Formats: sequence, C-alpha cells, structure tokens
Amino acid sequence: MKKKALTARKAGLVACTVCHLLSPDGAGRCPRCGAALHSRKPDSIARSWALVMAAAILYIPANVLPMTTVTSLGMVQSDTIMSGVVYFVQSGSWPIALVIFVASVFVPLLKLFILSYLLISVQRKSHFRPKDRTRLYLITEAVGRWSMLDIFVVTILVALVNLGALATIQAGPAALYFAAVVVLTMLAAMSFDPRLIWDVKEKMHE
Amino acid sequence: MTSGALMACHDCDLLQKIPVVPEGSAANCRRCGALLVRNKPKSFQRPLALLLAGAILFVMFNAFPFLTFKKEGLEHRTHVATGIRELYEQGMWGLAVLVAVNLIIVPAMHLLAYLYVLVPVSLNRRAPGMFRVFRYLRLMQPWHMVEIFMLGVLVSMIKLAKMAQIIPGVAVFALTAFIFVMAAASAAVDPHEVWERWEGPR
Repeated sequence: MKKKALTARKAGLVACTVCHLLSPDGAGRCPRCGAALHSRKPDSIARSWALVMAAAILYIPANVLPMTTVTSLGMVQSDTIMSGVVYFVQSGSWPIALVIFVASVFVPLLKLFILSYLLISVQRKSHFRPKDRTRLYLITEAVGRWSMLDIFVVTILVALVNLGALATIQAGPAALYFAAVVVLTMLAAMSFDPRLIWDVKEKMHE
Repeated sequence: MTSGALMACHDCDLLQKIPVVPEGSAANCRRCGALLVRNKPKSFQRPLALLLAGAILFVMFNAFPFLTFKKEGLEHRTHVATGIRELYEQGMWGLAVLVAVNLIIVPAMHLLAYLYVLVPVSLNRRAPGMFRVFRYLRLMQPWHMVEIFMLGVLVSMIKLAKMAQIIPGVAVFALTAFIFVMAAASAAVDPHEVWERWEGPR
C-alpha cells in the first residue's frame, strides 16, 4: 500500500466483531450489543492451533473406524466414510460419491491444511498476498459446516432402516469422532483472527 | 449504515469512511475486499411475512411424517426427530444432542429471536434487550444447519433406493420450503437497520 493505512487499533478504537460499533480501546464490553471487545481475538493463534491439532488427531479414528453398521438377516457389515464413497462409485452414482467425498474427506482435510498454513504464515509474519489469505480464510470459515452432511445421513439412515431382525443400521464410533472433527474445525476457524494477517503491514510503517 | 460514518473492517481492521451506498448495492473494504455494508430496502414488512411463514413451516416439518421406508408390504414411518431419538437409544447421546441443536433447537431459537427483535422494530418500538438478542442471533447462524440436513435427505434417499422404496412425506416439502423462506427472510433484513436504532449508552 502506498498510502499509510490507519486501523482501528492504531486509532485507539476497538470494533465490535458482532455489531461493528467502534468503541474506545479498553471498553471491555460493547455498549450496544454486549459482546466482549478485543482489539484482536484473545490468544487467537494458540487457541486455533490447539483446536486444529485436536481435530487432526480425531480425523484418524473418524476415517478408520466404522461410520455405520448394517445388520441384515444376521449378516453384519460395517462401513467407513471411504467405503461409503467407494460403494457409490461402484454402483454408478458418482455425483453422490463426489458430494460425500468432498464434504467428508476433502473439506475437513483441506480446512486443517489451510488453517495450519494461515497460522504458520501469521507466526512467520509473512507479507505474502494478504488479500488472498483473507479470502482463503473467509472461504474456509464458510464451507466448514457442510461437512456435517455425513452425520445427518447417518441420522436419517438410522431412523429409516429400523426393521427389527430384517435390517437395522447402527451409528458407529466414527460418527462421534467425525462430528467432533467438524465442530472443532469450526471452532478453530472462529478463533482465528484474520486481522493478524494485516498487522505486519502496520508494523512496517512504524 | 449512515454514509460518512467511520467503520473498521471486520477482517483487516482498516478504518474507513462508509461511502454513499445506493439501495441494492454494497460497499467493500478498500484494503482486503471483504463486505462492509449492504444497503437493502428499508422495510421490515417482507422479512416479517417470511418469518411468519417460516414459523408455520417449522411446526409442519416437525409434526408431519418425514420419510417412509417401504419394502414388500413392510412400512416404517419416521419423523424428523426419529433419527435423533434413535441415536440417543443407541447410546450416542452426544451425537443426538448435536443433531438436535443444529436441526431443531437453533432454528427454533433463531426464528424466535428474529421475531422478538423485528416485530417491535416494525412498530417503531424496542423489545427489552433487543440488541443482545440480535447479537445471539448472529452467533447462532453457523450452527443453523437445516440446508445441510436437506442434502443429507437426498443422499440417504439415493443410498437406499436400491434397497427399498423411500416415500417423502409432507415434512420433506415443508423443510424444503422452510430453507428457502428463511434464506429469503435473512437476505431481506439489513442488520444495520436494526443496529442503528441504538441511541447511545444510557
């Protein structure tokens, strides 16, 4: 930037993250909506890292353990997330396979990588394309919730296929781990503060 | 948002003056490009009508039959809450709570919070604690997942298509309508129109 950028923090102001009201620094709570005011989200990097790592660890059992267990006339069959995708590919409905693969495998993994990258870039005080990194963050934050898809599919299958001895579907342990991954990555994205990406610009002018 | 007022970008903290935004247009941050303000038609009639429709549809998708599993004379009827109860009975109470929150509790609270704030505002009154309630409404938004559940319905129907006949009930159509109506209601509300009713600290 050629022009010197004035941020709220430099002007001694804090913007409320919910209602956008500007308050003098040190106000504590937003006088309008009551949200806690922080110039930057507190311990943003540490919190996001903790949540990203917890999610990364839980991502393993979520993919290895069975998501659902089908019992049909005494036959028991367990399915993981990937075997569900493979089933759809083999039965020819590859658009559905793609939807499940993107929502359950690709997006959570991509989210973990993007958040890690953003955290590392902020910690190394990177100047690399802040505008694109902000956009990357906004996209990550917006798409993360769609990973809940598989949890809802399990909920519906469990409700529908419940015919006693004939056929039942039970939720497997992976469902719990996977739900935890989705919730933790959502919280990790919420704890990350995109303003940190821009703070290096400010330092440069000092 | 009044033009000329100062605003800090939510995403990069840059202070800037809000330009004159014509109705139907939006202003973006000068530095990072994130959305600052959008000027929507200044009326609460349309969102209120949509929210009332939403309330009716909410009751409908919870009360009416949802999906029916049909195979060789066997019929198993479910409701939206059946899966939640089934997860709970299988010992997955954490999952049951999460799905109930995302599918029923948050959408209900979201709807009530909107009505609580907008009905008095449209009559030029103020409900007690309306700004606090409006903040909760914003915080709830990411956990409102009915549209993702709807995609789940489609995936499940395709998944079971070879195994049995799956018949969608009234609740499926009510749920679909609910998603569109609520999206239209949210899109029709200009949050700054609500925030600006604030007259300063008392």
